[in-house]
Amino acid sequence: MTVSEMAKELSLTAVSGADGERNVSGVYVGDLLSWVMGRAQSGNVWITIMSNINIVAVASLADVSCVVLAEGVVPDEGVCKTAEQKGVNIFTTEKTAYQIAKELADLSL
Amino acid sequence: MNEAVKLHFLVDGEDFTSAGQASVQVKKSLRELGIAPEIIRKVSIAMYEGEINMVIHAGGGEADVLIYEDRIEIHLNDNGPGIANIDLAMQEGFSTAPDNIRSLGFGAGMGLPNMKRYSDSIQIDSALGKGTRILMVVQL
Repeated sequence: MTVSEMAKELSLTAVSGADGERNVSGVYVGDLLSWVMGRAQSGNVWITIMSNINIVAVASLADVSCVVLAEGVVPDEGVCKTAEQKGVNIFTTEKTAYQIAKELADLSL
Repeated sequence: MNEAVKLHFLVDGEDFTSAGQASVQVKKSLRELGIAPEIIRKVSIAMYEGEINMVIHAGGGEADVLIYEDRIEIHLNDNGPGIANIDLAMQEGFSTAPDNIRSLGFGAGMGLPNMKRYSDSIQIDSALGKGTRILMVVQL
């Protein structure tokens, strides 16, 4: 499943849609950046409530397929712009991390 | 590729918002050199953690990445306060990061452990008041 297909299924809002054709595999949930960096796998959907600029570098270097900001968290414009430049997909949603994770599990991710 | 490809970076200790730029540039360069994705991921993570440490704790520093035929070396040098107890600092969860850094999602005490986990060898030379020199090697 691609990032775009996954986002459509979950009704996520794209704030940086850099590479929607990328395939997603697995899910990681976490807010401590070094923890995420060390444990998330390449291709994962990363669910977090952390929205500062550093998530762009972490997402890029850990090579996750996209970032999903849960619970209505919205990044500022600079974050979105940088993410577009670095090829990092970011989505927002009002749903909780649990709800998103459950819906992704229902999609067999 | 008989001679090493050398990349040199100054890590700005003042600008936390741009922290990680050197690592992102290294990732790009390695990709252009056709290095395997899993190796790129290891180098990127190990170097990013080192870069962030230099920004959080040492007011910046210098990073050199040397790409040889059989390995990648990451050299990190700073003139910060040094690490008081390296064994303690290597333990997962131990952190001396201040609260403002923690509120950004850092300071989980995973920096040095991640550097060890994602490199094939790590040497840390640090003394209080004299800064820290780190060499990480990732085998190709």
